Amino acid sequence: MILIGELALWVALLMAAWSAITSFAGGSMGRDDLITSGRRGLYATCAMIILASLGLWTALLSHDFSLTYVASHTSANMPKIYVFTAFWGGQAGSMLFWALILSCYSTIAIWSAREKARELAPWACGTLALILIFFIATTCFKANPFDRMAFVPADGKGMNPQLQNPGMAIHPPNLYLGYVAAAIPFAFAIAALITRKLDASWLLLVRRWALISWFFLTVGITLGMWWAYVELGWSGYWAWDPVENASLLPWLTGTAFLHSIMIQEKRGMLRKWNVTLVVTTFLLSIFGTFLTRSGIIESVHSFAQSPVGTWFGTFFFLTTGATIYLVATRLKDLEATAVLESMVSREAAFLYNNLVLVGISFSVLWGTLFPIISEWVRGSKITVGPPFFNTVNIPLGLLLLALTGVGPLIAWRKASTSNLKRQFAVPVFSGLFAGSVLIAIGMRNGHALVAYALAAFVAGTIGQEFYKGINARRSIHSEALFTATVRLIARNRRRYGGYIVHAGIVVMFAAFAGLAFKKDHDLQMKAGETKELVDPLGHTWRFVSQGVSTSETLNRFVTAVGLEVFRDGVRQGIVSSEKRQHFDSNHEPQFEPSTEVGIRSSAKMDLYIVLAGVVGETAELRISFNPLVVWVWIGGIIMAIGGLIVMWPQAEKRRAPSGYVATLTPARELAAAEH
Amino acid sequence: MSSPRTKFLIGGALVLGTAGYLMATSIKDTGMYYLTPTELATKLNADPTFRNTGVKMGARVVPGSIKRIPGGKEYAFNVTDGARAYPVIYRGIAPDTFTDGVDVVVEGRMGADGTFHATTLLAKCASRYENAPGQPGGDKYKRTPGYKSGARA
Repeated sequence: MILIGELALWVALLMAAWSAITSFAGGSMGRDDLITSGRRGLYATCAMIILASLGLWTALLSHDFSLTYVASHTSANMPKIYVFTAFWGGQAGSMLFWALILSCYSTIAIWSAREKARELAPWACGTLALILIFFIATTCFKANPFDRMAFVPADGKGMNPQLQNPGMAIHPPNLYLGYVAAAIPFAFAIAALITRKLDASWLLLVRRWALISWFFLTVGITLGMWWAYVELGWSGYWAWDPVENASLLPWLTGTAFLHSIMIQEKRGMLRKWNVTLVVTTFLLSIFGTFLTRSGIIESVHSFAQSPVGTWFGTFFFLTTGATIYLVATRLKDLEATAVLESMVSREAAFLYNNLVLVGISFSVLWGTLFPIISEWVRGSKITVGPPFFNTVNIPLGLLLLALTGVGPLIAWRKASTSNLKRQFAVPVFSGLFAGSVLIAIGMRNGHALVAYALAAFVAGTIGQEFYKGINARRSIHSEALFTATVRLIARNRRRYGGYIVHAGIVVMFAAFAGLAFKKDHDLQMKAGETKELVDPLGHTWRFVSQGVSTSETLNRFVTAVGLEVFRDGVRQGIVSSEKRQHFDSNHEPQFEPSTEVGIRSSAKMDLYIVLAGVVGETAELRISFNPLVVWVWIGGIIMAIGGLIVMWPQAEKRRAPSGYVATLTPARELAAAEH
Repeated sequence: MSSPRTKFLIGGALVLGTAGYLMATSIKDTGMYYLTPTELATKLNADPTFRNTGVKMGARVVPGSIKRIPGGKEYAFNVTDGARAYPVIYRGIAPDTFTDGVDVVVEGRMGADGTFHATTLLAKCASRYENAPGQPGGDKYKRTPGYKSGARA
């Protein structure tokens, strides 16, 4: 199986090349036989990559340590699940994993578009095949997971214990699923550019893929934050590290695209812009990978420098050049069919939303690249850190939050004054109300106040939209509250799913603003010693050290400290934090020591205890009070649920065939929902 | 009367202008030189007042040089880029990856005594995702907190 997999990888390379050549040739000559052959070449590539992947999984699960990849990423005593996820844990395997996802996505996309988009499909197929060639070739020549060692070691080196965490097991594949899904809209955009078929039809084909990409990026980024928070022990979840930024960039442009696509659908505007966003999202995914794997940017958690980076760089610059050429030669075909009619319109709100999202992306990209830029321009490397990103992005983020509330309230084309009064009254009131309550109870942090007022404003918008929709259904169909809510969402998935995503954003922003009140304390405690701290909400916490203990378990040496915790005199239990040193079967240590953070979560605040070190019998501790952190994860979950609702196939498919459920009221419902 | 398009563009220019202004000023205020010890030495020779500028220094920890200052939360160690070495004093919590021979990035300023006073310490480690090949790790193990009182003979 392993040998078959290895061979399949090379066959896949040939198949992808065949598919690219025949698809492009077929497309330009208009020959159906070549187009069909190119399409089948793509399916075959997919089949071969699946074989290769099964081969690698077989090697991993059967502990075939003659493969360098297996030996350097797994060991015989690891839990099976992490042996399975080691597939994407290292450089070579993750390259194959990219190819696997891309080939599966491509097959599904081309298969479903082959009839619907006869003219675009061959070009999209060829473009996807070209991208596949790049990934497969990089895997074959520069990072081959099937490379063998000169000798067979008795055991592998194992996996970094920090990565042996359920969050880390599923965080990378989610990001990859997100990054790679951006390739499908890109391929169709290229196809539309080549064939000059630049009406809205290609957009409709790629909308779902853009959503899939957005969805997995959202889930992946949230999981990454969660992992960093519980595993790395620095009491935060976002450090503006280049690797993190690399995942945020395509998310931002993808989010911008999901909004601007609506303007083109409804109003025929923004055609150049949409093409640009689609292309940029894909290119940023590639660029992010190039940044993090080439070592040109200093990152605390980058992959080791590797030749793969150079390949990604070359691929990135070639693709960018080709795309710019295509767009530049087709500007005429991309002229808008309508103009902006008023500043007070949904179009304008969406345009500003796009502007802000792209502005944030640009500042993040600029800050990430600044060491390189400054070295080119001024000869010395200058780095910017979290202060830069926060100064620029907090105001932009707040503006974006405000627009989240404004967009759904304004009518398309031109909003009338009465429309504005009717729509804005409740949300504006709820925002002002929340703001004044917070001032009254003593909150004085400007950014946080604005954030919470805006969050309440957006929540007011969302609440009002749901209230109106549900009430309309209840009076028209006389449905119960629950039924009305479910049907409202189910029949207008895009709209109400979108609102649920917005609700998730609101929750997340509220949680981010909570960090303004975070408090850290560094303490040293002997056994039996008691310390008292006051948290940001005014509660008094008492910590009683239970002393430092050491123990040895199966594969690690553990140093732990336990603290008995009281809040306002009420016992909360024992929270402990550990330092772990993993070792192999010969008691030889592996990896750096890792920290197990002691976390006690509640809706209002996380207590976060890190054992920083031990001197003699004294434990050095960092105790942090992190307000509202759980709401970051909850916000992420809400966004994911909203995304799923939007993505779920709309009713049209179910409605058509089976005859006996007649839903004859869509027109009225629509009218009711649009009020 | 200006058209909505013009109005939008003016608004957009305002937003982007503000963002650009924030970016420029915050780079000026918070941007930091990222230097190797040799580059830092060159800068200091050319302009002794450069001491007052906060910088980041990327270098490697000289093996065996890490000392805990008893009773305090301070670490003293030496860093080098192969050509130039500097003593560093860091007060705070060191990351798990901070051990002999790793690449570190220290942020702070050079004191008049020729010691670099660091306020943050980042340890970079190629083995974060892949176990570093051929690294003698025995000593590291022994410096795990509480190791000596541990069960292993």
